[in-house]
Amino acid sequence: MSRCGLFLRRAAAAGRACRALVAFTASRRPLRTSPQSRAFAKELCLGKIEKNGVFPFPEVSQDELNEINQLVKPVEKFFIEEVDPQKIDREGKIPDDTLEKLKSLGLFGMQIPEEYGGLGLSNTMYARLGETISLDGSITVTLTGHQAIGLKGIILVGTEEQKAKYLPKLASGEHIAAFCLTEPGSGSDAASIQTRATLSEDKKHYILNGCKVWITNGGLASIFTVFARTEVADSDGSVKDKITAFIVERDFGGITNGKPEDKLGLRGSNTCEVHFENTKVPIQNVLGEVGGGFKLAMNILNSGRFSMGSIVAGMIKKLIELTAEYACTRKQFNRKLSEFGLIQEKFALMAQKAYVMESMAYLTAGMLDQPGVPDCSIEAAMVKVFSSEGAWQCVSEALQILGGLGYMTDYPYERMLRDARILLIFEGTNEILRLFIALTGLRHAGRILTGKMNELKWGNVGVAMGIIGQKLRDALCQTVNMGLTGKLGLVHPSLEDSATKLEQNVYYFGRTVESLLHRFGKSIVDEQLVLKRVANILINMYGMTAVLSRASRSIRTGLRDHDQEILLANMFCVEAYFQNLFSLSQLEKNAPENLDKQTKKIAQQILEKRAYICAHPLDRMS
Amino acid sequence: MAELRALVAVKRVIDFAVKIRVKPDKTGVVTDGVKHSMNPFCEIAVEEAVRLKEKKLVKEVIAVSCGPVQCQETIRTALAMGADRGIHVEVPAAEADRVGPLQVARVLAKLAEREKVDLVLLGKQAIDDDCNQTGQMTAGLLDWPQGTFASQVTLEGAKLKVEREIDGGLETLRLKLPAVVTTDLRLNEPRYATLPNIMKAKKKKIEVIKASDLGVDLSSKLTVVSVEDPPQRTAGVKVETTEDLVAKLKEVGRI
Repeated sequence: MSRCGLFLRRAAAAGRACRALVAFTASRRPLRTSPQSRAFAKELCLGKIEKNGVFPFPEVSQDELNEINQLVKPVEKFFIEEVDPQKIDREGKIPDDTLEKLKSLGLFGMQIPEEYGGLGLSNTMYARLGETISLDGSITVTLTGHQAIGLKGIILVGTEEQKAKYLPKLASGEHIAAFCLTEPGSGSDAASIQTRATLSEDKKHYILNGCKVWITNGGLASIFTVFARTEVADSDGSVKDKITAFIVERDFGGITNGKPEDKLGLRGSNTCEVHFENTKVPIQNVLGEVGGGFKLAMNILNSGRFSMGSIVAGMIKKLIELTAEYACTRKQFNRKLSEFGLIQEKFALMAQKAYVMESMAYLTAGMLDQPGVPDCSIEAAMVKVFSSEGAWQCVSEALQILGGLGYMTDYPYERMLRDARILLIFEGTNEILRLFIALTGLRHAGRILTGKMNELKWGNVGVAMGIIGQKLRDALCQTVNMGLTGKLGLVHPSLEDSATKLEQNVYYFGRTVESLLHRFGKSIVDEQLVLKRVANILINMYGMTAVLSRASRSIRTGLRDHDQEILLANMFCVEAYFQNLFSLSQLEKNAPENLDKQTKKIAQQILEKRAYICAHPLDRMS
Repeated sequence: MAELRALVAVKRVIDFAVKIRVKPDKTGVVTDGVKHSMNPFCEIAVEEAVRLKEKKLVKEVIAVSCGPVQCQETIRTALAMGADRGIHVEVPAAEADRVGPLQVARVLAKLAEREKVDLVLLGKQAIDDDCNQTGQMTAGLLDWPQGTFASQVTLEGAKLKVEREIDGGLETLRLKLPAVVTTDLRLNEPRYATLPNIMKAKKKKIEVIKASDLGVDLSSKLTVVSVEDPPQRTAGVKVETTEDLVAKLKEVGRI
């Protein structure tokens, strides 16, 4: 305690002496020229909750809600009455008349602006329709492959001429689009693609050569967004190899398809190799800037990612209905399955996952629908990771409820399990996305913290006071208050405990990030096991924020069944809080809970011999 | 030829796929938070009207619904299927329960006269009350001919040929226009309201009026006493001979 006393006295003295200095530095504060960024996830890494973007939970007007509900009805009706997912899976294709009906319903142009023949839906509306089309996985991925990635580039960076030329027929479904990035040698490492586009002698065409693999709609598409290496002359005169995006029509010639891949799931969707042999692409078909292809590819993937949350939530809600029917009628030991704790737990899990996914997805969609071009790439990635893993877990548990029947092809569960497995792999593997989430957040934190360190060197007393204050708080173990609870709190009182847990997590996390950056510096890029934990904590915290925001709104506006929302929100927050605490303790220096060194050693030994190396249990010393 | 105008009545009902639950106070069924849609027979009526319009036999299709504000969703669906404009006869939610076939028939009769229509199309019955009365009452109030349970409708000059499904088979009538037709299941297969059409329908007008504007009295002489679940089916009893059967039936007082 005496150390504290000394601290206090020093702090007070410093304060008195530097009040004048504070006034001086305040007048030299730089003008804020950039718009307030909705950097929610990034600010979490600094131990702060950027409340503006996430509270209150985004709302749509009653008119918009009526419109969304109107749009959902015919789609739902069509899927229930005319789509046979089992048949699509068995035959390995979507029937032609089903595809035609999907086109006439308008589902091929959901986010294409109205002036080009599309529906011009907002991200929120698109997410809502996603819940409905999720009834069949093959159809979902055919539609998203076409519009969320296949033609999205044209909407994002296309010229007026390109938009007017291509979008109308893509909106009606007359032409189908495909996104061609992945190659046999370049999956996660997208920047290493080898497909090449060389400028022709007359400078009017690019000649495209290369091979793309695992392209959704590859066999059906007539319009391809292709990414290839081009030689770009830099401003200093040097020639560099950069990636450029092109709009390629099948009619340009030289395009062949491999046979449709035989997949574990999504068997009704067409996935194949696409080969380009001396395909002539007019220079007017360069999409965006020459050399700006990689950035465009990342933007395209980021923009559609969040919808996985609502798509999966829709699927899980359906699963709950199907399995509940069974659990409430099937009897064993003379009792209904629904009376057994282990079965009840599975329903609670599915409901919780669906609730969190919905909340995260619509929160992100709401942020994206704000005016301006908000950067929600981390938030979208978090939604994708959580939803894909939640889907896999929930379908597995649902199958388990059915027991042996769940394993049979007569029931949809095994198909849904097979369809769901790819979610963790495509659109950015969850491993890559975790690294992306962690590194982007840490880089932001690092920049700010380095900035602070520099300010300190320059005598910025405000910063010094901030740091001293923080150390003081730590020493005195004061409770953290970030404005979520209390009289003016953003969170409803019935969620107060959970909000406090979130604030504690965020604060502790901010300190941990500082300590990690201090410990590892730039080499943190290679510490994947550390980054994995950072990402998991961030994902949990985003989930907690989303459910607290949504539940608060539901209670305050008096939506029905908000008691269940309170239960689900609180349950998730408590679970996430303790998971985070464990991860955070694993991230401390020399933590006994951290077994990373051992993990790496084991892996090293196995991979050296490329086999399991232990002696057999029955072996003897002869 | 296309000088004819059609009025189509649509009703918002609980969706057919929903499992109905009776309210604990037995005053009705649970409607809160339950999925609603257009009555399937009304969909068939709208489809028929729109097809007549596409064949250029009808000039304008007006969709009408009586009820609380949510009815506008149902009218919008009709507009998305091809109706030209809508009329919403607004009834506050508290009174909506007492609006039955007679009240709706009074409204439709007044509207048919006000809008000077030649054809009134309705579904044969609603799947919530199964009354099968509104079309007939409307024809009665207007003193117009009626073709109910229509499985085929053909326009022949100033007459309407209606093929009806009746217990004994099919009956064909020729009605002088103006007339009232109620649609049965096999008349047609209603189209999906495509999303682009729903967006276009946003621009179509829905006029909101009250029953009193038409001079219609919505009072009812009927009150619902109670709504209950049907009794649980109990197991049957197997008998050996016909004599046993007759004896058992006498025992339970059935004969």
